[in-house]
Amino acid sequence: MPLTPVLTRRWAEPESWTLATYERTDGYLGLRKALAMQPDEVIALVKESGLRGRGGAGFPTGLKWGFIPQGTEGQAAKPHYVVVNADEGEPGTCKDLPLMMADPHSLIEGIVIAAYAVRCSHAFVYVRGEMVHARRRLDAAVAEAYAAGYLGRDILGSGFDLDLTLHSGAGAYICGEETALLDSLEGFRGQPRLRPPFPATHGLYAAPTVVNNVETIATVPFILLGGAEWFRSMGTEKSPGPKIFSLSGHVLRPGQYEVPLGTTLRDLLDIAGGMREGSELKFWTPGGSSTPFLTAAHLDAPLDFEGMVAAGSLLGTAALMIFDQNTCIVRATLRFNEFYAHESCGKCTPCREGTYWMTQILQRLEAGAGTAEDIDTLLDTCDNIFGRAFCALGDGATSPIVSSIQHFRDEYVAHYERGGCPFAPVRALAVNR
Amino acid sequence: MPLTEQTRERAREIIARYPQPRSALLPMLHLVQSEEGYVTPAGVALCAEELGLTKAEVGAVVTFYTMYKRRPTGDYLVSVCTNTLCGVLGGDEIFARLSEHLGVGHNETTEDGTVTLEHAECLAACDYAPVLTVNYEFFDNQTPESAGDVVRRLRAGDLPEPSRGARLCSFRETELLLAGFGDPRPAAVAEGPAGEPTLVGLRLASRRGESAPAYPSPPARSRKR
Repeated sequence: MPLTPVLTRRWAEPESWTLATYERTDGYLGLRKALAMQPDEVIALVKESGLRGRGGAGFPTGLKWGFIPQGTEGQAAKPHYVVVNADEGEPGTCKDLPLMMADPHSLIEGIVIAAYAVRCSHAFVYVRGEMVHARRRLDAAVAEAYAAGYLGRDILGSGFDLDLTLHSGAGAYICGEETALLDSLEGFRGQPRLRPPFPATHGLYAAPTVVNNVETIATVPFILLGGAEWFRSMGTEKSPGPKIFSLSGHVLRPGQYEVPLGTTLRDLLDIAGGMREGSELKFWTPGGSSTPFLTAAHLDAPLDFEGMVAAGSLLGTAALMIFDQNTCIVRATLRFNEFYAHESCGKCTPCREGTYWMTQILQRLEAGAGTAEDIDTLLDTCDNIFGRAFCALGDGATSPIVSSIQHFRDEYVAHYERGGCPFAPVRALAVNR
Repeated sequence: MPLTEQTRERAREIIARYPQPRSALLPMLHLVQSEEGYVTPAGVALCAEELGLTKAEVGAVVTFYTMYKRRPTGDYLVSVCTNTLCGVLGGDEIFARLSEHLGVGHNETTEDGTVTLEHAECLAACDYAPVLTVNYEFFDNQTPESAGDVVRRLRAGDLPEPSRGARLCSFRETELLLAGFGDPRPAAVAEGPAGEPTLVGLRLASRRGESAPAYPSPPARSRKR
């Protein structure tokens, strides 16, 4: 399986984040093409390309844009908004940050195209607060784009106007959930909203709103340039296109690898030089900590939306965290659960209470003071969270626990039978890499 | 102490960016932190006054987000990722070493007011694990020794250079950037080259002569409409 750099292709250019570099490498040509089309034609092209959201859920992007009501009556008459979700924080996920640092103009160009398509005149990028250097590069890129006429009034003489506001968050994983993000952008605590109504009709300020992930939007200019068929020449029928896969953990060469969707972990490990010396694959996540753990038995499962569901997991954000035989599954699961407990917004009971109590149980198990009943209690608690929480955070919190017990129950048992953890943390460190 | 008139003017500038005033609250809280180093009762009051909210409404937002500090913060906020992947690869050890070295725990500041230490959740740099940030600038592939060196230099005023990101400024200056007032140092945007993990796939593709399929027709500058 060959590497197919599309979104990453400019990243090694000198001063890749500048407008000069961007324009020299086909930058804003997709926008010119879009502005010569009717907005509905742009939506149709994105639909035809089969682009699916890169933020985790894989929802078809063109379909989402098509849900925005158009016309002069009811909701359609309200201003329309495009909001980019740049609140990357799913553990393991590290693709949007390098994208925004290396190629912020691809995001801006995608935003202008999306806004033109859905007839929006004010777009926002909700940038994770901690991403200071990305914010710096985005600030500079937005200023350049305004000065060059890619943002502002009468963009490239088309009559289309767009303002773009950058907005830094303040440290809350839940704001990556789209309705919590909208509440946060409105100046409230970031708590998810009940759906329906969906953001497409009642989003920011209860007006029609498209919320898309950074990578999704940054893909759009390339679809304009290459066309739907070109885009579909990569990936699978239902999951077309190239995708940035982020490899991390006990691999020889961690980093960003852009390959077609449907590539397998075996292929990716082969490309990335395999596991580091002395390491054997024990467990991995296909797309962040909210996607159930897989094992070496799943090396040949296609990394696309369908393939990962068939394997018992989810593609998520294609954040491949890879752990070796020296990593204690109970410790890893405990830490993920502590994360969910910390980041639970507290709005709904199953998630707030469930993650809190499961942390206590996992701490006990990790310390070797647990019992067989604790494992059952964990599974029972997960059963009471999954599908009963307000948003996907609760479901995600159950993934590490249920999948770790499914694949490594013996290791949980070994902890309480031995009265302690059988692993030496020092053997899993990065230092001998 | 009341905040300066300049801060109040800047708060109004922020409000003007949004279709609805309340959207300005998060950047305004970054702004008041940029003046005082944390969100003080005076900072809350300023936000409440400018937005026509009660102090309780503002307080409810402040307490929700971890980046709003409710105690004085040091000049340098050191955040160590201790989420699973960084933690396993060395983040837990790094945090323990820094905590011992500085004599402070999570969310505490050294007596000289230079360094605040905190655990951080995943910082979106897993390919550089284990990582820490100083005022949210990345120090990649850390060890307890290298991290110890970073904080020693911070306290000595001999500022270490981040692996990716601009030269360090103070916590307060960083907060002003987050409030949307940019970085006053023109060179800062170009600092901080991408590291090997960011470029590894691209470089490998180039060495192996691999690429995405070519566009059916080369992109052309169509005439402006």
